[in-house]
Amino acid sequence: MSGVRLLVGTRKGAFVLTSDGKREKWEIDGPHFAGWEIYHMKGSPVDPNRLYASQTSGWFGQIIQRSDDGGKTWFQPGTPPGERTTPEGMPKGESNKFVYDTSKETGKPVTTHQWYDGTQHPWEFKRVWHIEPSLSDPDTLYAGVEDAALFRSSDGGRTWKELSGLRGHGTGPRWQPGAGGMCLHTIILDPSVPGRIYIAISAAGSFRSDDDGKTWKPINQGLRSQYIPDPTAEVGHCVHHIAMNPRRPGVLFMQKHWDVMRSDNAGDLWHEVSGNLPTDFGFVIDVHAHEPETIYVVPIKSDSEHFPLDGKLRVYRSRTGGNEWEELSKGLPERDCYVSVLRDAMAVDSLDKCGVYFGTTGGQVYASADAGDTWTAVARDLPGVLSVEVQTLS
Amino acid sequence: MIRVILPAHLRTLARVRDEVELEIQGPVTQRSVLDALEGSYPMLRGTIRDHVTQQRRPFLRFFACEEDLSHELPDTPLPEAVASGAEPLLIIGAIAGG
Repeated sequence: MSGVRLLVGTRKGAFVLTSDGKREKWEIDGPHFAGWEIYHMKGSPVDPNRLYASQTSGWFGQIIQRSDDGGKTWFQPGTPPGERTTPEGMPKGESNKFVYDTSKETGKPVTTHQWYDGTQHPWEFKRVWHIEPSLSDPDTLYAGVEDAALFRSSDGGRTWKELSGLRGHGTGPRWQPGAGGMCLHTIILDPSVPGRIYIAISAAGSFRSDDDGKTWKPINQGLRSQYIPDPTAEVGHCVHHIAMNPRRPGVLFMQKHWDVMRSDNAGDLWHEVSGNLPTDFGFVIDVHAHEPETIYVVPIKSDSEHFPLDGKLRVYRSRTGGNEWEELSKGLPERDCYVSVLRDAMAVDSLDKCGVYFGTTGGQVYASADAGDTWTAVARDLPGVLSVEVQTLS
Repeated sequence: MIRVILPAHLRTLARVRDEVELEIQGPVTQRSVLDALEGSYPMLRGTIRDHVTQQRRPFLRFFACEEDLSHELPDTPLPEAVASGAEPLLIIGAIAGG
């Protein structure tokens, strides 16, 4: 019997929502880590019971949580369930130790980036925004952090090492924070090209590595951001999210601060596909699991309001890979809706028909079991939703 | 025996319900107490002081004997009442918000 598991990160804890393949009735389990911000949770593609969560707090900093039983129980990697420490009294790992690599041997001593006022500012670790488990090994995972950098763990989250070639490739001192901080929020592992990784940073842009994270290059050609000094600069663009259908690697879709963009050559060149969308702003974007030309966005009114146009929550779907968009509103609030949908808060399952899910800052989680034609609120009163991921279970 | 009271979220992380007790050899200072605390409860590493700089996280404070000791140097001896176990060292999460 197939089923789905939604991993919902919120401002006050983690929730795990489960349903069978019909996706009509849902059970909600949580909150896990009550009172903490859960920026992101994601499961391993090769071991669905292996889950990772980024738990964070302005008071107490970063915690990484791991579950080996599909979210029933959790522990900090290196500190097994029920154990405080090793028999020798020492920790087995430091799962929350994210230290920038400035060594001459493996890194480059990039220590400052651009600050809001144009001056240089030290790199300071704040939190993990996104966790991306490896496509082949449940013990390997990547973490995108604020201030922007990419880390990798090869021991199930016990220890972390920065892939410092990203910050050190040359443009790092020109990166600067967006309103939400200078975060590395998108990590995409390409299943067809070994070693190919895409990442995106707000506000620096998108980058690609073809050697498993050792070296990087900016892939922002074609982006245009009219309110930065050089609208077509190599870096400095506020990329909100990137999505790729793993069945068609190399074709990328981007929701940028302004405009929806598309690349057909692994990011080497982008072109705008905003078409008839009602606004030029939004955070989320995702691709249908079986139809690589079908994409979803949630238009948000730019720039200072950041809620749906006219108080009406709508998903827009393009079946043509962009430019031609249709409004999807059946089951969604038709009026008086002033929530937002944040960048990591949309996901698709791989059932037939494709399920689409998103969460709002108002604590609602909406699900569509028919590729977006109709929507149902499967949770209405959670804390503000920061992220949504889905696992398709067999 | 040194007594330490943690904020609620850190008690949850450390899987303790009440105050924790620590055995400390040598001078009782912020540093020696935190070293002992993190040794017994490794999941607290990085949550009270920075992994690298060892500086107190900005929104945390150290109180004892009705005094704010947050700005004392890490190797300054804590009050005798803390060293004797008569009074606990309180690790406080700053109250923020409206």
